[in-house]
Amino acid sequence: MATATAATEIGVVPSFTVTLFVRRFDPESGEEARWQDFDVQVHGTDRVLDALHKIKWEVDGSLTFRRSCAHGVCGSDAMRINGRNRLACKTLIKDLDITQPIYVEPIKGLTVEKDLVVDMNPFYQAYRDIKPFLIASDNPDKERLQSPEDRERFDDTTKCILCAACTTSCPVFWTDGQYFGPAAIVNAHRFIFDSRDEAADVRIDILNDKEGVWRCRTTFNCTEACPRGIQVTKAIAEVKQAILRGKP
Amino acid sequence: MSVVIETPRSPRSRKGANWEKYGWMYMRISGAILVALIFGHLFANLMVGEGIHAIDFAFVGGKWANPFWQVWDGLMLWLALIHGTNGMRTIVNDYVERQNVRKALVWALWVICGALIVLGTLVIFTFDPCPAGSDPSLLPSFCTK
Ligand code: HEM
Ligand code: SF4
Ligand code: FES
Repeated sequence: MATATAATEIGVVPSFTVTLFVRRFDPESGEEARWQDFDVQVHGTDRVLDALHKIKWEVDGSLTFRRSCAHGVCGSDAMRINGRNRLACKTLIKDLDITQPIYVEPIKGLTVEKDLVVDMNPFYQAYRDIKPFLIASDNPDKERLQSPEDRERFDDTTKCILCAACTTSCPVFWTDGQYFGPAAIVNAHRFIFDSRDEAADVRIDILNDKEGVWRCRTTFNCTEACPRGIQVTKAIAEVKQAILRGKP
Repeated sequence: MSVVIETPRSPRSRKGANWEKYGWMYMRISGAILVALIFGHLFANLMVGEGIHAIDFAFVGGKWANPFWQVWDGLMLWLALIHGTNGMRTIVNDYVERQNVRKALVWALWVICGALIVLGTLVIFTFDPCPAGSDPSLLPSFCTK
């Protein structure tokens, strides 16, 4: 319209107040975890991470959460926001229903250490167990060539940032913490289907376990949770197929 | 502090002898066959001829006098019971944390499954609507005709 009012002035970012309910837990207090609410003034361009920063820096410095890159690369700040696993740094507040409070809690299935920080060790252990590195016969003076088609086969699973959003959205993992979990299988997929790697059979053997791929019940929570858009359930299905075939 | 498993998890059983893989395959293969068997069963019982009104003791007796339906129902019994029991085993493995309780429940499941399969198979293959020498007042009317 021709008559722009002050409120819609170009370049002005609208701001509004949202209520955040944050799950707090202090291991030293001896008390149970509880919800604490904060009213935060935020901009239309802010993400949930910005709101958490505002609380930590201006209201309550004891609020504890992980973040590093703040731009969806490092995988530190996966949390359960309004019941869904997401990266706080990739979740715009305006995309949530801001007429309602926003609920922020730690990802499920791993032990909470403080507030939004969980013990990631079991998650990393499952990752280590699938041998997440290239295993190839030693031939350092020759380049390992790969066709674009062969690269395409595992392209999707190279994108993982190990945020644990998938594994901690999986109901099988919630009830059975021994399950390798989607993230470990995704990272095994990345090497099983790499034509330069020579240890597919080893990883296939590791995942053909009681707590391996057969635990997956095709719930698709992992695919929905992945902030990198990886087709996690499809990758798991491909590993199952590889085990049935006995080769990638 | 946090538990770190020193050595990587090794497969519990050697390659080729892993039960979970065969369990997973069984659920899918038996499921596919069950679709055909169950819908064929419903069609034959409820839709063909007089449909549901034809079902009585004689109808069932007639079916179990026919080897075709004996094999059909026998297959359905075996496949569905093993499928259902294996599915329940999965759920028990999911939710039961105490090892002894878990083992006991899985054992109980297979014992019940085995007993039902034995009884069901006996009924299907040895069913005689008119056993010789029994009290005529206890027999269905068509036996004396
Ligand atoms: C109509 C044909 C059927 C098909 C196609 C079918 C298919 C399947 C499949 C593919 C699974 C595995 C799911 C997974 O691992 O994610 C499953 C699980 C299961 N099925 Fe069936 N099924 C059929 C009939 C039955 C019947 C008749 C019973 C009961 C006797 C039954 C009981 C179960 C149970 C208890 C589970 C485990 C559920 C779970 O894993 O949470 N199914 N079915
Ligand atoms: S697969 Fe996706 S959700 Fe899972 S750890 Fe990797 S980036 Fe996170
Ligand atoms: S802070 Fe690095 S991914 Fe969000």
